[in-house]
Amino acid sequence: MARTKTAFATLDSRSSRFVRIAGLLAAVAAAGGAAALYMEHEGHVVTGMNNQIVWGLPHVFAIFLIVAASGALNVASIASVFGRTVYKPLAPLSGLLAAALLAGGLAVLVLDLGRPDRLTVAMTHFNFRSIFAWNVLLYSGFFAIVGVYLWTMLDRRMNRWTSAAGTGAFVWRLVLTTGTGSIFGFLVARETYHSAVMAPLFIAMSLSFGTAAFTLVVSALYRIEGRPLGDAVLGRLARLQAIFVAAVLYFVVIQHLTVAYTARGGALEAYLLGGPYAPMFWFVQILAGTVAPLVLLLRPEFNRDRRNRLLAAGLVLLGGLAQVYVIVIGGQAWPLELFPGREVTSAAFDGTLGSYDPTPAEFLLGIGGVAVSLLIVAVACAALRFLPESLADAAVDPHHARADA
Amino acid sequence: MTGVRTLLIALGLAAAAVTGVLAAGEGTAPSPAFRQWPGECVADAPFMRRNHMDLLKHQRDDTVHGGIRPANHSLNACVTCHAVKGDDGHPVTVADSRHFCRTCHDTTAVRVDCFSCHTSTPGVAK
Amino acid sequence: MKDVKTPPSAEGRGDTVSRRSLLGAALAAVTLAPGITLYAGPAAAAADGAKRWGLLIDTTRCDSGCSACVTACGAEHGWSDAGRARPDQAPQWVRKVDVRDPATGRTASLPIMCQHCAKPPCVDVCPTGASFKRADGIVLVDRHICIGCRYCMMACPYKARSFVHEPVTGQRPGSPRGMGTVEACNLCVTRVDAGGRPVCVDACAGAGRSAILFGDLDDPGSAISRRIREVAPARIRDDLRLDTGVYYQGI
Repeated sequence: MARTKTAFATLDSRSSRFVRIAGLLAAVAAAGGAAALYMEHEGHVVTGMNNQIVWGLPHVFAIFLIVAASGALNVASIASVFGRTVYKPLAPLSGLLAAALLAGGLAVLVLDLGRPDRLTVAMTHFNFRSIFAWNVLLYSGFFAIVGVYLWTMLDRRMNRWTSAAGTGAFVWRLVLTTGTGSIFGFLVARETYHSAVMAPLFIAMSLSFGTAAFTLVVSALYRIEGRPLGDAVLGRLARLQAIFVAAVLYFVVIQHLTVAYTARGGALEAYLLGGPYAPMFWFVQILAGTVAPLVLLLRPEFNRDRRNRLLAAGLVLLGGLAQVYVIVIGGQAWPLELFPGREVTSAAFDGTLGSYDPTPAEFLLGIGGVAVSLLIVAVACAALRFLPESLADAAVDPHHARADA
Repeated sequence: MTGVRTLLIALGLAAAAVTGVLAAGEGTAPSPAFRQWPGECVADAPFMRRNHMDLLKHQRDDTVHGGIRPANHSLNACVTCHAVKGDDGHPVTVADSRHFCRTCHDTTAVRVDCFSCHTSTPGVAK
Repeated sequence: MKDVKTPPSAEGRGDTVSRRSLLGAALAAVTLAPGITLYAGPAAAAADGAKRWGLLIDTTRCDSGCSACVTACGAEHGWSDAGRARPDQAPQWVRKVDVRDPATGRTASLPIMCQHCAKPPCVDVCPTGASFKRADGIVLVDRHICIGCRYCMMACPYKARSFVHEPVTGQRPGSPRGMGTVEACNLCVTRVDAGGRPVCVDACAGAGRSAILFGDLDDPGSAISRRIREVAPARIRDDLRLDTGVYYQGI
């Protein structure tokens, strides 16, 4: 049965709505750039970071965006790797959002370096024992492979390669997120991180955050020009979203059980579940970011309303940001154990919980990265035909159309 | 094809012209911004002008990684010998435009990264 | 034009040293360009792969009232700045730590600095190779290629490293340090290369305690090796098998 070819069209960059949105994003991105310049000029003394919490809010945003990036590719993977045709019209946008989120995240990561002016050093000096160095290659490779993938989708002559490129991108993104999780997982010195579960946890997080980001972005883009967006697409994404949220919860539970089972882990669990970062864990990550979305997406009385699906996606992202905060900041605040079983004190905060008060500059840098990502998506959708003219149910799902007829 | 050939010829001519200018500059008197430094350096001035950064970089890797610390190519030796006294009689730091390194680097608009970590004045006695 | 010899690769640094000393012996001076010599004389390659520098700290001679080693280190390397608004951002090349066993009530006081591991996690994680171990076991930060990512600080089990959070001026000539890079105890590498000892060792002796012994761990006949055989000291977090170069007696 021949399906009608999906018609793609650019966004009108001269519409006042588009200009307002792009202008706002550019302004936030510029504020982030200004914050980065300020931090580079004054030094990290103007941040809340210190010798105990060495990675702060910029890293939270950067890791959040990088993790979401690989998950945003999920929609394209389902179309190209697993052959689900319903997602095919959305695959180009999925690839674009993945690359854009990664670009935003990397921008934040790089601008938070002590010496961002030495980026060329990072590109020319490689220590291949370093997971960071692997990630430099994984991130660069991700751009390249997603670029090729987009080419095979957007250029009709290249369409026959789409499946191969999509499979390559899918494998690459799994390796990439494994690398991101392993930045933490391989740290033998820190009992809050040293665990092989970090890699699969990060992969589950990427699927969840990426799907949520994609849901919100596709809805926003279709509202700009009032293009039709049916429930067939959003409904499918909502079901996937529920599975991914549950998967993240599963790995979080496993991680805590692993710590709690050992005798020495008791104090750490008490800290994680009852310490200063516990309210963020319980109320934002678990209640708002996990339980609420599951209820909204699974209960029949809520899950037919599109607004609830969008609300759930927003809550997943909020909970995700909190989760990365708890992992990055909460994990560092737990003191290193120099002498197991003994009490340790010093003028340099040994044996005490680290404290961290983020400053506005750090927040601006982080949110600036989000704006950079969204601005890339907006500009790219105005410049190239990434978006189908219609995602109405009849356009995306022939079975749906027949059922209606 | 002719376009490419023309471009190549133009590039070649440009390269030759630049090389000529540089070669001519080597033997001639330095621009006024160069400080005429009295006394001997570890090498003659035209060589140092062109190669001091390579000597320093080479020395830096030898020193940091191998612990090789000869006296003559170290940055400390440079700033000690080339110290410029300020109004108070003490050597000026790189924050002062009279600092030896700056007189030239300001003119050529090349950023010196050394002094973000290294002191720009002679070592003080302990 | 003959170029200056390119710097040795990170991998080959250990043997480059011996190659260089051979060369230096054969050619007292390397001609670089007419009239220019690279070496005025054979330069000493100080980082000797046959040695492994280390410390033995006798905590029974150390107490929490004394911080002579910390003060001396701060003065030697120009990092001490008491009274800053944010002590959590203060540089910390060495710090005094008090340890108490809650079961027995036994207390000990000891200095903790970079432990100069044989298998340093900071070197493994550094993306650019700025964290490195010299041939003689001293772990250093090459701040020329440090990008300030702070991953080494995440990886170090001893919290031995600190980040320079603000602009620095007036550095000591032998101890460069600058904003945006990571720093730590360098075992007074300049002094050691000149045949001397770390300043903390002298300061501790000057304070009448002589609790710190410095020497070559790879030389079975050295004073430090003999003492280590004799008193069987412990190493911090020895369970991680990092083979640290700093030993502690009496903990």
